[in-house]
Amino acid sequence: MKEQDITKRRKIKNKIFHALIFLCTLFGIFILSVLLFSILSKGLKWLSIDFITNFPSRFPKKAGIYPALLGSLWLIILTALISFPVGIGTALYLEEYAKDTKLTEFIKLNIANLAGVPAIIYGMLGLAVFVRMLGLGRSILSGALTMSLLILPTIIISSQEALRSVPESLKQASYALGTTKWQTITGVTLPYALPGILTGTILGISRALGEAAPLIVVGALAYVSFVPKTPFDQFTVLPIQIFNWSSMPKKEFQNVAAAGIIVLLFILLGINSIAILLRNKYQIRMKD
Amino acid sequence: MKKIVFESKERIKKNEEVIKKLLTVLGFISIFTTVGIIFSLFEETFLFFRRVSIVEFLTGREWTPLFEPPKFGVLPLVAGTFLIVIISSIISIPIGLGSAIYLSEYAPKKVRKVLKPTLEILAGIPSIVYGYFALTAITPIIKTIFPETSVYNALSAGIAVGIMTVPLVSSLSEDAMMAVPDSLRLGAYALGATRYEVSKDIVVPTAFPTIVASFILAISRAVGETMIVAMAAGSTPKLTFNPLESIQTMTGYIVQISMGDVPYGSIGYRTLFAVGSLLFLITFTLNLISRYVMRRYRRAY
Repeated sequence: MKEQDITKRRKIKNKIFHALIFLCTLFGIFILSVLLFSILSKGLKWLSIDFITNFPSRFPKKAGIYPALLGSLWLIILTALISFPVGIGTALYLEEYAKDTKLTEFIKLNIANLAGVPAIIYGMLGLAVFVRMLGLGRSILSGALTMSLLILPTIIISSQEALRSVPESLKQASYALGTTKWQTITGVTLPYALPGILTGTILGISRALGEAAPLIVVGALAYVSFVPKTPFDQFTVLPIQIFNWSSMPKKEFQNVAAAGIIVLLFILLGINSIAILLRNKYQIRMKD
Repeated sequence: MKKIVFESKERIKKNEEVIKKLLTVLGFISIFTTVGIIFSLFEETFLFFRRVSIVEFLTGREWTPLFEPPKFGVLPLVAGTFLIVIISSIISIPIGLGSAIYLSEYAPKKVRKVLKPTLEILAGIPSIVYGYFALTAITPIIKTIFPETSVYNALSAGIAVGIMTVPLVSSLSEDAMMAVPDSLRLGAYALGATRYEVSKDIVVPTAFPTIVASFILAISRAVGETMIVAMAAGSTPKLTFNPLESIQTMTGYIVQISMGDVPYGSIGYRTLFAVGSLLFLITFTLNLISRYVMRRYRRAY
C-alpha cells in the first residue's frame, strides 16, 4: 500500500513538472503573438504608400519613413559588400590555409570573444576609429564599417562550420584531377558550403538591419530631412527612426512607431525568406 | 560547364601565393578589431582618469557628469545595470531552462518541430521592438497593478530583456541536453524512473556546465543590452533597488550622451569611454567565465 502511494506521488510529480515546463515553452509563443498583435493593431492603420514615401514630420499624420528606409538600404548593402568577402575569406583562411599553431588558436579564440562584445562597444570603436581617426565623419560608410565588424564574428563562425562540413573525399577527388588549392576551393569547397555560408551571412545582415545602438554612438541622426546620395552622407536608419518616434511625447507617434516596426519586420521577414529559398535551391542542386 | 583555361605553371603558382597572402591578411582583421576596441576605449579612458580619480569613479554614489558641480561616481549606473540583470534573469533562467527540458526530454517530435522555430523567431526580433513592447505594453500592465510606477521603470525594461534572452538560454541548454547520450537515460528508465526523475537526476546534472554557461551568457547579454533600457528604463542614474522607479544603466547613459551634443574631447565625451571600458571589462569577464565553466567541467562521452 505504501509503495503504491510513493509511485503515485512520483507520477503526479512528473505530471506537474510536465505541465510547468510546457507552460514555459508556450510562454515564448504567447509573448510572440501578443507582441505581433499589439504592434499590428497599433500600426496597421498608419501604414500607407504615403508613410513609405514621406519624410518625417512634426505631424503624426504626415510622418513618413522614406529617408530611414533608404538609409537602412544603403547601410545594409554596404555592410554586405564589406562583411561578406572579409568574413568568408577569414573562414577560408582558418579552415583551409592556417596551420594548427598557437596563433591560429588565438585568432579563433579572439573571434569567439568578439562575438560576445556588446554591440554598443562596437559603436565606440567606430566613433574613435572611423569617425575620428580616419576622418570619415558621421557617414553611412562609418556606420557600415562599424556594422561589418559587429557581424563579422557571426559570419566567420557559421562559414567555418559550413566549410568543415565539406567531405574530404570531394576535395581529394578534385586534387586528384590536378587542380590547385584555389581551384578546388572555388570549384568544390565553396559551392558545397554555400547554403550554410548563406544562412550565417543572412543572419548577420538581419542583425545589422535591426541594430540601433552602435549607430547612435557612431552618430547617425535622429531627424533626417534629406535622402542620402553617397556613402559619405549623414543618415538615419529604421530602428533609430522608430526609437525617435517612440520617445516623442505625442501619443499618436507611438502608433507611427508601430507602423515603422511593421515595415522593419516585413523587410527582415523578406530577407530571411530569401535566405531559406536560396538555401533550399542550392541544397537540392548539391544532391543531384 | 566551365571552360578550362590552361595557364602557365608559374602563373598559377604565383596566383596561389597571392591568394594565400590575401587570406592571411583577412585572418588578422579580427585581431586588429580587438586591438582597436581596447585602444579606442582605453585611450579616452586614460585621459578621463587624469581628471577624475579611479577611486572616485568606482566608489562615488552620485553620477552627474554634465551638471555643476560634476560628480563622477559610476555606482548608480552599475546599480541600474545590476537591477536589469536581476529582473531579466528571474524571467530568462527558469523559463529558458524549462523550455529546454521540455523540448529535449518531453516534447513529441512533431511538437518540437513547430515550437523550436517559433523560439528562434523570438531570438531574431530586433531589440528596438522589445523596447517598444516594454514601453507600450508591459509598462501599462505594471501600472494597473502598481499605480505609483513611473512611466520609465526598471521592471518593465528588465522583463523585456528577460524575454529577449529566453531563446539564448533555451537553445544553448537544449543543445547540451541533446548531447547527453541516450544510454544514460535508458539506464535510468530501465530502473523505473519517471521522465521528471531522468531530467532532474540524469540529464540536467550531466549537461550542467553548459547550462550554467548559458545562464552567464544571458547575464552578459543583459548587461550589454542597450535599446530596451534606453527606451523603457529611463534616464535618471539612481542608487535604488526599487524596480518601479526610473533608473539608468551604463548602456543607457552611453546612448543618452550620444544622442546629445557633447563636444569632442570634453570631459562629458570622455565619460562615454570610461563607462564603455567598464562595460567592456564586465561583459568580457563574464564571457571568459562562461567559456571556462564550459571547458573545465564538460564531460566527454
